[in-house]
Amino acid sequence: MRIPKARGELSEALAAALQEGTAPAELADVAATDDADRHLSLWTLYELSYRGFDGVDDELEWQPELLALRHTLERRFEAELREWFSPPELGEPFADALFELIENDDGASVATFVQREATLDQTLELLRYRTIYHLKEADPTAWVVPRLTTGPKAALMELQYDEYGCGDPNRLHSHLFVRGLDACGLRSDYGAYIDDVPVEVLVQNNAMSLFGLHRRLRGAALGHLAAFEATSSLPSRRMAQGLERLGLPTEMIAYYEEHVEADAVHEQLAVRTICGALVEEEPAQAAEVAFGALACLGLEDRFARRMLAEWGAE
Amino acid sequence: MKEHFDHPDVVVCPGGPLLLRGEHVIEDAEGRQHRTSRPVSAVCRCGKSADQPWCDGTHKVLPDKLKP
Repeated sequence: MRIPKARGELSEALAAALQEGTAPAELADVAATDDADRHLSLWTLYELSYRGFDGVDDELEWQPELLALRHTLERRFEAELREWFSPPELGEPFADALFELIENDDGASVATFVQREATLDQTLELLRYRTIYHLKEADPTAWVVPRLTTGPKAALMELQYDEYGCGDPNRLHSHLFVRGLDACGLRSDYGAYIDDVPVEVLVQNNAMSLFGLHRRLRGAALGHLAAFEATSSLPSRRMAQGLERLGLPTEMIAYYEEHVEADAVHEQLAVRTICGALVEEEPAQAAEVAFGALACLGLEDRFARRMLAEWGAE
Repeated sequence: MKEHFDHPDVVVCPGGPLLLRGEHVIEDAEGRQHRTSRPVSAVCRCGKSADQPWCDGTHKVLPDKLKP
């Protein structure tokens, strides 16, 4: 992947540092122009820990000045997330309370719009934006595995094994999306559309990396997973119906149909066996699970509102 | 430290599907056979799934009295 196109002063200074292979100490003093600049910078720093960038030294992943910048950006972002998404205390039994918290969310949905009225151009635009996560589907959650004790660790792997195609690369969920993109004539190379995505997509992606990359935030990472899986089956059905209505290729429809069935399983596993086991072993993580779940739902709602407003669908 | 963890082959989810761990062949009401294809499968219990015999999450939009 190429280094993303700068969106302001900070991402411009960061891109220059990555190209030169050295991060000057002054980088920490560069103020972000706006939220898009700040979140693109954080996204770029995170990407050094996923797949890196063409022509950028892999050593920079652990370069102290870049880590210091990442830390500054993360602290502000986490404080914002905690301010925006303050969860209620979950009752008992835990699984029912978590399902209820998620089901009570009435966030905006792009899937319903795609099902009924989106144009082909609008739908292809959505698919391009979805590449930022779907091409690394399940990866941010994989960081969490070694941070868990026996019960939740085994439970998470039971779900992740399915996400990763049970060892068959042809069934890897991110690869199913690649096949869908190729069939639609869209680019399927990793990060191809990063210069086009609205800031809301960067924020969603950064939240998953933030939760996944910090052991301290393991509860939020698994709460995010639970909310993601528990709001996937029915919307995936709507997406599949919308894609069929628009005559899009079967490979892309198959991606969403796979998620109707897989996520009907995964939501039960994520809520009951994964988050349930985590909270059983670490009761203090219950509030963090709820925080992560609300962050997942709230950030998707912000993205959906942005898109529906742009499409004149509100 | 806990030495034994419950890990049942079949789990009835309250108000939701039946989870099946491992490989199984399920015969539906019309006598058609369906082989499981993932480590854990969710079998519909509410009868309203459009993807029989598998769960598709439809139970969540049913009124409480129609939930399994």
